[in-house]
Amino acid sequence: MSTDTPSADDGAAPSRAELEARVAELEAHVAELDAATDDGDDGPPKMSIIATKGTLDMAYPPLILASTAAAFGYDVTVFHTFWGLDILHEERSKDLQLSAVGNPNMPVPNLVGALPGMDRLTTRMMEKRIADNDTATIEELLGTGLDMGVEFQACQMTIDLMGYDEADFYDGVTTGVGAATAIRDMTEADIQLLV
Amino acid sequence: MDDYETTETLDVTEQNCPMPVVKTKQAVDELDAGAVLEVLATDPGSVSDLGGWAETTDGVELLGQDADEDDGRYTHYVRKTE
Repeated sequence: MSTDTPSADDGAAPSRAELEARVAELEAHVAELDAATDDGDDGPPKMSIIATKGTLDMAYPPLILASTAAAFGYDVTVFHTFWGLDILHEERSKDLQLSAVGNPNMPVPNLVGALPGMDRLTTRMMEKRIADNDTATIEELLGTGLDMGVEFQACQMTIDLMGYDEADFYDGVTTGVGAATAIRDMTEADIQLLV
Repeated sequence: MDDYETTETLDVTEQNCPMPVVKTKQAVDELDAGAVLEVLATDPGSVSDLGGWAETTDGVELLGQDADEDDGRYTHYVRKTE
């Protein structure tokens, strides 16, 4: 039994010349990576949000985060698809509903919530709370976001699927974009969110 | 009371998150470098939010905040640095 600690003069140890060559190689690689990440592209940070929901409660998070990120100096794009399109739809955005069923935190049991008119009632209650709490309306948040340069995109495939017209959306909303645009934005973004 | 040479006053009383931060940013954009914006708010969250915003955002400095919790009034002083 001996203590088998590897010794410095082990035959496998690289020579000084080999080490120097390896260091030079790594230095070149680091310089390459530095160049690739720096690239002279020191633009503002970016955020990409995908908004898929169109209920009154779920319309808020993307709009609040988008306008706040813009205040932080982010370039923000919000890609609206499926029910998320309703947030950008001039007429439908004014009448977003809150579902009385499917949310166990609601003060009404699902069985009662399913009765006719209950969605309307819970929506009215939420709208009153929004007003009482000095919370901005969806329309105000959208207008503010547009003012701050947030790019709101309406997914073309779902515009067609839902039977909407491009003219139905607020001025300043980008149409004619698809999933590839969203992927590109997400690739370039520092923050990506799906709401 | 803090005493700053304020250039402009922004009133965001009776407005809630995210409006105090968003409107402060919009108001600061209209100012010249060196100007100090006084922001009047009633949103208790504006203390943390404006602090975080100013810390993270280039070109602005939070000079001070007055929180009068009894009255529910929060005053912020933001200087545009560049």
